[in-house]
Amino acid sequence: MELNFEHHQTAHCENGVASNLLLNKGLKLSEPMIFGIGSGLFFVYLPFLKVNFAPGFSYRPMPGAIFSKAAKRLGIKIKREKFSNPQEAQKALERNLEQNIPTGLQVGVFNLTYFPEEYKFHFNAHNLVVYGKENGKFLISDPVMDYTTSLTEAELEKVRYAKGALPPKGHMYYPTYIPENVNLEEAIKKGIKDTCKNMLAPVPIIGVKAMRWVARNIPKWAEKKGTKITNHYLGQLIRMQEEIGTGGGGFRFIYGAFLQEAAVILKNDELKELSKEITAIGDLWRDFAVDIARVYKNRNSKSNIYNELSKSMLHIADLEEAFYKKLRKAI
Amino acid sequence: MTEVVYVTDENDNYTTANSIGWEAKKAALDESMALINERIEEAKQNVANNTVSPIIYFMELNKMDLQVLAAYVGMWQWTVKRHAKPKIFKKLSDSTLKKYADNFGISVDELKNFDGK
Repeated sequence: MELNFEHHQTAHCENGVASNLLLNKGLKLSEPMIFGIGSGLFFVYLPFLKVNFAPGFSYRPMPGAIFSKAAKRLGIKIKREKFSNPQEAQKALERNLEQNIPTGLQVGVFNLTYFPEEYKFHFNAHNLVVYGKENGKFLISDPVMDYTTSLTEAELEKVRYAKGALPPKGHMYYPTYIPENVNLEEAIKKGIKDTCKNMLAPVPIIGVKAMRWVARNIPKWAEKKGTKITNHYLGQLIRMQEEIGTGGGGFRFIYGAFLQEAAVILKNDELKELSKEITAIGDLWRDFAVDIARVYKNRNSKSNIYNELSKSMLHIADLEEAFYKKLRKAI
Repeated sequence: MTEVVYVTDENDNYTTANSIGWEAKKAALDESMALINERIEEAKQNVANNTVSPIIYFMELNKMDLQVLAAYVGMWQWTVKRHAKPKIFKKLSDSTLKKYADNFGISVDELKNFDGK
């Protein structure tokens, strides 16, 4: 059985699944729209949580938050289910397919057979859609892939019951109600306000303040932990920026695309200008990543390189702070 | 494998493009893979020198850490840490070893007989 489902490759898995699932129900929203309305732009620093042998950085909110927030702001209802028993999880999924409901799943990346080796690590908040079952295999629309794939029952069970941080526990979700008239303007405004609030939050681990904390820590790592560990931490910072395993593409650029679309919908030219501004900031993040990559290549580089990196990151944080303040006023 | 990226055209308008990735990201991935391989090699040496049990080697081989492994085998981290000691590993029952072997995708014999050489 194969449901009528259009697969679109996207830059980021969660927006992608959301956008593809809603399109299937007749609501056409681009990936940047979902990302912007769901306040996908974020920064968090969790120095004590070790991921892949490095402190936790993330340029995105908690898994599931983007779709949940976007749905709430658009008046869409999503049903979410988790199962302690894998067999029940499979039955529920099959029941959905029989009722013609393409279904989103949270899965672990490590055992996704179709991923290249360097993408496989124990990251459990990837998203994909199951849109059918044929010859005992589930048909998979993974928004990171440019084509659809399939997984056997056993393979799918493995990724749905991946263990470690943020275990999916068979988590599946699908929209159950979509209002006939969606108030896009209101949803966009709410999304933007929330993003500004988060990024300017007066808390050291979130937003611009967290960026500054990381920036100030870079020279400290070099001093206390040595070059090798510092370089690995910085590598993790790049990998998170580029969201390996959940689609590349800097989030700042997706947000730029969102602001450009929003400028048209809200008839607000200021947003168009701010779109250019966040694009320029995105370019700086990329330059920052290139500078980090350069540090790997000549490992014995001069010791003040970490101070330089720290300065560039502080500079980006300043620009972002100014950006969110302007954005807040523009709405 | 290509991925979707958001880029601006000559009029500063956003559009999507397919990308095969770029230099900085590749460098970060390479560094990460190199680190993992280094850890695997080190674990292998430590098994050969009898300072850790094969559990550590296969844990590294599967890119796991103690926390992830403990979650997969359904034991406390400190229990797994104990099992990582060669002396204690030798006394483990086959049913305990099977839990590890299953999660590593190998047989109990392969786990038992790995000597790091």
